[in-house]
Amino acid sequence: MPRLIDTLGNVVDNAWDLLPKDATLDQAKASAAKLVIVACQLWLAEKAALLSTGKTFGVWLDSNETAGEIAGDLSLLPLVALNFPTFMDGRAYSTAALLREHYDYEGEIRAIGDVLRDQLFFMKRCGFTSFNLKDSVKLEDAQKALKDFSTTYASTVEEPVPLFRRRAM
Amino acid sequence: MYRYDQYDQRMQQERITQFRDQTRRFLAGVLENSQFLPLRLQNGLYVQRLAPMLRVAIPYGCLSARQLRKLAHIARHYDKGYGHFSTRQNIQFNWPKLPEVPDILAELLEVEMHANQTSGNCIRNTTTDQFAGVSPHEIEDSRPWCEIIRQWSTFHPEFAHLPRKFKIAVCGTEHDQAATQVHDIGLYIVKSFTGDIGFQVLVGGGLGRTPVIGQVIRDFLPWEHLLTYLDAIVRIYNQEGRRDNKYKARIKILVKELGVDVFRAKVEAEWLHSKDGPATLTAEEFKRCKAFFVDPAYETLTDNDATFDAKQRSDIRFHNWNERNVRAHKKPGYRIVTLCLKATGSSPGDLSAEQMEFVADLADRYSFGELRVTHEQNLVLTDVKLADLPALYDALQREHLATPYTGLLNDIVCCPGGDFCSLANAKSIPIAEAIQRRFDDYDVQKKIGDITINISGCMNACGHHHVGNIGILGVDKKGEEFYQVALGGSSDRQTALGKVLGPSFAQEEMPDVIDKVLQVYLARREGNERFIDTYNRIGIEPFQEHVYAKAD
Repeated sequence: MPRLIDTLGNVVDNAWDLLPKDATLDQAKASAAKLVIVACQLWLAEKAALLSTGKTFGVWLDSNETAGEIAGDLSLLPLVALNFPTFMDGRAYSTAALLREHYDYEGEIRAIGDVLRDQLFFMKRCGFTSFNLKDSVKLEDAQKALKDFSTTYASTVEEPVPLFRRRAM
Repeated sequence: MYRYDQYDQRMQQERITQFRDQTRRFLAGVLENSQFLPLRLQNGLYVQRLAPMLRVAIPYGCLSARQLRKLAHIARHYDKGYGHFSTRQNIQFNWPKLPEVPDILAELLEVEMHANQTSGNCIRNTTTDQFAGVSPHEIEDSRPWCEIIRQWSTFHPEFAHLPRKFKIAVCGTEHDQAATQVHDIGLYIVKSFTGDIGFQVLVGGGLGRTPVIGQVIRDFLPWEHLLTYLDAIVRIYNQEGRRDNKYKARIKILVKELGVDVFRAKVEAEWLHSKDGPATLTAEEFKRCKAFFVDPAYETLTDNDATFDAKQRSDIRFHNWNERNVRAHKKPGYRIVTLCLKATGSSPGDLSAEQMEFVADLADRYSFGELRVTHEQNLVLTDVKLADLPALYDALQREHLATPYTGLLNDIVCCPGGDFCSLANAKSIPIAEAIQRRFDDYDVQKKIGDITINISGCMNACGHHHVGNIGILGVDKKGEEFYQVALGGSSDRQTALGKVLGPSFAQEEMPDVIDKVLQVYLARREGNERFIDTYNRIGIEPFQEHVYAKAD
């Protein structure tokens, strides 16, 4: 079971059941959990049926799926998970930023997939709020990595005021 | 020059601490090679044919004498006593030891240098005109804008894992010397009729396997919107650039596949979200950055000098050197001096530790301690008094740094090639040397006049062969090295991609091939036409006929 941490590095309970991409509506219904994360395509195809189950749903986007696909549903979703098929695939950084900046999404954005320690700081800066760590990542390393840098030059989700404006203050 | 403040200093320190730990984990076997790879690349470290290679950034080509001395120290202490200046205003060390790289980075920080993002799929070192700030024909000094871009792009959390590398060039002069149009983003500084500064924005240029000239997506971007607009471009690229094929992952392919109008519409729509937001540049920030690039304490001088005139009359070699390596300066009585690192028999762009220290001393003595690195792999002393040119020349002569070939045939741009690089298909340095040996005579070179020869050892095009007047590409044919020749490339405001002459040649044929190409040029030249002008007028056929003519 991968461990889940928040932006402060605290281990948090994971009440969400993450269903794979090929999971069906029936499997979503059959989940023992009350909180279920389904793939984007299942959500788009079976939204009404899923909502009628009385469970709470989150959606996960693969790296080739965009924030725009679920833009209209964000008020229904307390959680959006973004998948890193490999840590080298950086699309989810922009997807997280778009969810926050364009769609004013305030729910949880969770990093899933190839979530390694050396990218955690950047993820946090782009608006991710929880991290499903890969098994190989040591908890204390991940906690340290969230503090790799004390600040960032550019405007980011976490600190929209860029350094050049803070310098002038 | 820009100086670090507490924030710059701290972030660089944090970066070194982070990389030291990553290196430690890799060496301990905790961090897998595949996971370490992008991390080390983004800290400038390649693994090459013979040893690791560390590429140190020289942001937009500005270098101080103090920094050059540090590079000399690194070359001597951690390497084999020399460094190689690359075509992207960086310096490469070919023999560092992996466990020592964090120490090298710490040494670099002592002189406010780094190796951040000099490699990997991220925003690379921003480049510009090597004469920025001192050229008499300048629209606006590009250096403050480059520094603003450097800071924005450094550790930008959203853009550390782009589909592929991403290069930005800024040009503030009439005559483009930054190869702006063959960058992922090219920025021409422009002034409106009312004198307001802005940027003409080009996207999708690039060399490599598929050379493309960038296209304009905005004619005038007011300066305060620079960073939000860059954010919008790179965000679209990060989301939509291809990741299924490494060779189709550059932004040029995305722009080509979408069409520039669709790409522009996407950028403009994205930009509307951040336009006028907190990332909008402020007059204070521009002023702050500009204040680092003020003029040194120039003396008020006339634009002539008796010592200089006497030396011109008495020393023909000085006369030649002055003719090619010395350029006009914006201040009367000052000159810009290029140190051509292309002495025949030495690898283009290489400098020994002793030479670095020697040049640093000259910079202190004659040029306010300031130097530039050019994308033609040369060094520049930006502010030399006319009266000092004779003494400077004599000193350079002693260290074999007075090669009078700037902008001439022997000023060959050349990647390290198969002698060093693990990507190369063929050697490139021996080709450069063979050509240099054939034409190593000032009068011959002068007769040929302005010309650029660019050599790359593979299609990744580090030697920028697509935009050389004569471009040479090393290719591999069934395990044997051959060389393809192209003509007509250029990287100025009239950027053009060279056209392949025909079937490739064996290494030993190359000097003859170049000779034949030049014979056609000299026979067909009208008046003072440069090689490129004659080529553009007569086309490639006369060259093909002569080079491939069968001996009867």
